[in-house]
Amino acid sequence: MSNRKNHEPLVHISKRDGMTFKKALIIRIGAIAAALILCAIITMIFTGENPFGIYGAMAAGAFGSVRKTWITFQNVSILLLIALALTPAFKMRFWNIGGEGQVLIGGLAAATCMLKLGDKVPNGILILIMFAASVLAGGIWSVIPAIFKAKWNTNETLSTLMMNYIATQLVAFFTVLWEVPKGSGKIGIINQDTNAGWLPNLFGSGFSGSKYLLTIIFAVIITAGMFIYLAFSKQGYEIAVVGESVNTARYVGINVEKVIIRTVFISGAICGLVGLLLVGGINHTLTTTIAGGQGFTAVMVSWLAKFNPFIMILASLLIVFLSRGAGEVATNFGLNQSFSDILTGIILFFIIGCEFFISYKISFRRGGHKK
Amino acid sequence: MENRIPAVKLVDISKRFGPVAANSHVNMEVYRGEILALLGENGSGKTTLMNMLSGIYFPDEGQIFIDGNPVTIASPRDAFNLGIGMVHQHFKLIDVLTAAENIVLGLEGRLDIKAATGKIREICDKYGFEVDPTQKIYDMSVSQKQTVEIVKVLYRGAEVLILDEPTAVLTPQETEKLFDVLRRMREDNKAIVIITHKMHEVESLSDRVAVLRKGEYIGDMMTKDTNAGEMTNMMVGRKVSLNIKRPEPVNPKDRIKVSGVTVRNEEGILKLEDVSFTARSGEILGIAGISGCGQKELLEAIAGLQPVEKGSIEYIEDDGTAEELIGKDPRSIRDMGVSLSFVPEDRLGMGLVGNMDLAENMMLRSFEKGGSPFTDRKAPYELAKNVVEELEVVTPGISTPVRRLSGGNVQKVLVGREIASAPKVLLTAYAVRGLDINSSYTIYDLINKQKQAGVAVIFVGEDLDVLMELSDRILVLCGGRVSGIVDGRNADRAKIGLMMTNIGGGNNE
Repeated sequence: MSNRKNHEPLVHISKRDGMTFKKALIIRIGAIAAALILCAIITMIFTGENPFGIYGAMAAGAFGSVRKTWITFQNVSILLLIALALTPAFKMRFWNIGGEGQVLIGGLAAATCMLKLGDKVPNGILILIMFAASVLAGGIWSVIPAIFKAKWNTNETLSTLMMNYIATQLVAFFTVLWEVPKGSGKIGIINQDTNAGWLPNLFGSGFSGSKYLLTIIFAVIITAGMFIYLAFSKQGYEIAVVGESVNTARYVGINVEKVIIRTVFISGAICGLVGLLLVGGINHTLTTTIAGGQGFTAVMVSWLAKFNPFIMILASLLIVFLSRGAGEVATNFGLNQSFSDILTGIILFFIIGCEFFISYKISFRRGGHKK
Repeated sequence: MENRIPAVKLVDISKRFGPVAANSHVNMEVYRGEILALLGENGSGKTTLMNMLSGIYFPDEGQIFIDGNPVTIASPRDAFNLGIGMVHQHFKLIDVLTAAENIVLGLEGRLDIKAATGKIREICDKYGFEVDPTQKIYDMSVSQKQTVEIVKVLYRGAEVLILDEPTAVLTPQETEKLFDVLRRMREDNKAIVIITHKMHEVESLSDRVAVLRKGEYIGDMMTKDTNAGEMTNMMVGRKVSLNIKRPEPVNPKDRIKVSGVTVRNEEGILKLEDVSFTARSGEILGIAGISGCGQKELLEAIAGLQPVEKGSIEYIEDDGTAEELIGKDPRSIRDMGVSLSFVPEDRLGMGLVGNMDLAENMMLRSFEKGGSPFTDRKAPYELAKNVVEELEVVTPGISTPVRRLSGGNVQKVLVGREIASAPKVLLTAYAVRGLDINSSYTIYDLINKQKQAGVAVIFVGEDLDVLMELSDRILVLCGGRVSGIVDGRNADRAKIGLMMTNIGGGNNE
């Protein structure tokens, strides 16, 4: 009883009991506004450029022309698809951070079909085979860690991560094996003369976005499908129960191992599909960097959206907008690429940071006694 | 007594969690040299109030006075410095450390285990604790762990001691021992607050009772001037009858036959050894035993959740045909038409999903029904509404996550769902753990209704008095073995207590 010091806590942090959607939205918009203001101040101090000019350039980078807009939407679709793929696994608390590798393996499967079967089967059948091969390859790639998790409870974060490196190395091996021309270390555009295995352009070439439309349509369908699957299907319910409590799942007779393997297969299969879209639809070639780190960015998208497929559209749009805009700023103003990365970083920091204020309440205390 | 300065005085204390007022304008006093029993139904705000005193929560409004001085308790450290110590329902000990190490953990100053051990021995001698300071926590029984918690609080110089349901996990003998210690502390002029739901404990131990209802302070009275009935009425706010019915079993038939069952847990430790008994339809078979004596494993083995090493568990139909349950998973046991309804020990860890709402939790049992790939959300919603109405579940709504409900209401949701599946065999473990008296009686009524409907009930309970009032027969387990089966109608409390610690109830080990 020696210490009788009386200290009022200055700040008092308590967990909120849920917040209205409107209030949370206001906080999020406020965070973005605050981030933009801070970015403007920093821009003015360090470069002397007009911050509005910089923002204008960012917007122009993403939506400056019809073609740029289409590419932005295509990029959003790819990122969104990977995020959607990861989401069922995340809902089950299976931390699949192997999206990158699953996309690569899907892409490798598609490229293999294009190279090996390109002149042997009709194009329509080739595309079907590519589709099956990519989806299966991605699925199998993700199921390997899932089996280890289900049977021996190994840490899936590590194993899915390490599968990424194996996938990268496999792709590196085959790009050298199949390089065109010899010695280039690259596959180059596959089937450039026959276009065998190239995914079709919808609505013919008369339509400006036809090149990009297929990916976008896949993204729309899978967004809606994933929402329905998770919210209303029995399998989606099983995923939620396993994620919340494995014990409860066992207790009600859910076959936990089966649910883990099935769900992670779906996760990998959608990643495999993305690989197909990237190789067969967008790039028509295969490189080790074709996924471009989006397997990891998608983790953030899925989390930012709190696993809600529709909010993921906004989250991926935001991230794609920032990265495309940042690139434009770097070239237009002759600034270092790092400067736009700084701006992107500040904006993401605010967006992620504001989640704290949505989950927790901070009350400041005034000195003296209350009544 | 009223003229003295209270050791603790709470003035106008309020605490809200979001829209829920856990405490509103509570005024309460605790004096030195008395044991105050804090009573209230589940969710009446007892634990919240005490948590504010021990620095875990911070009050939204109001002022706390210690020995007449206004104080601010912003952290558990502040509480310790003011001489307030709380022993929580869930122990906060580190398994791999010794008792002494746990006790000095978090204290400032130079670490001197030897001196600490000496001081711990002193405290133990003074109050009659039996603790070996050098023993590791994982080697201790529940009652020993609790003793360590109490010594920890005393070691830090607590003058005000708060115990949150300390007897929930103790045998009658251990409870008596604890009460002796508490009485000695009272003689030592300490202020003691005890939260409990067991009326006979309140009557035998406390000097004064204070009652909370729905977060509000209802009043206090001297224990000697009141009785269990009056206290319960105050807690509930209306008259409640305190008799557990025990209808005669109607046409009992053998339903579950357990013979020679031996179970090892995942670590390979023997949890059940050669257990044999029969549970009959229309009968409540009570299972008594200290915690960890194998009750959990026994129920899990019957429900198909626990692999069995040896022995057989047979489900016997009305026509006498028997089916072996061992080797079947919970789902196939249900598919066979054998309905086992299991209320697991750890309600939220197993049986319910805390983050899901009431309707979704109802779905856990039924979601697979029907050929559609989509879930039927309407029937579970209706069921949830029924359960809420019939069992008087206090909840903001059907779409509230169950983790937001208080313990008693969570239990009602679980029991309600299990009973809704019209089982033939109802297995319950600690169905009333942490439940207030009113909710407990609701649950006993429900169980009795099941019994009268011809269900074979296996009831694992921790309150021996309840077991003896409710059960037709009581199976006593001791260290995974059957210590004996006694008739519930003329069971002897002391004898069962002994049987819980010694096979057959003999005094020699």
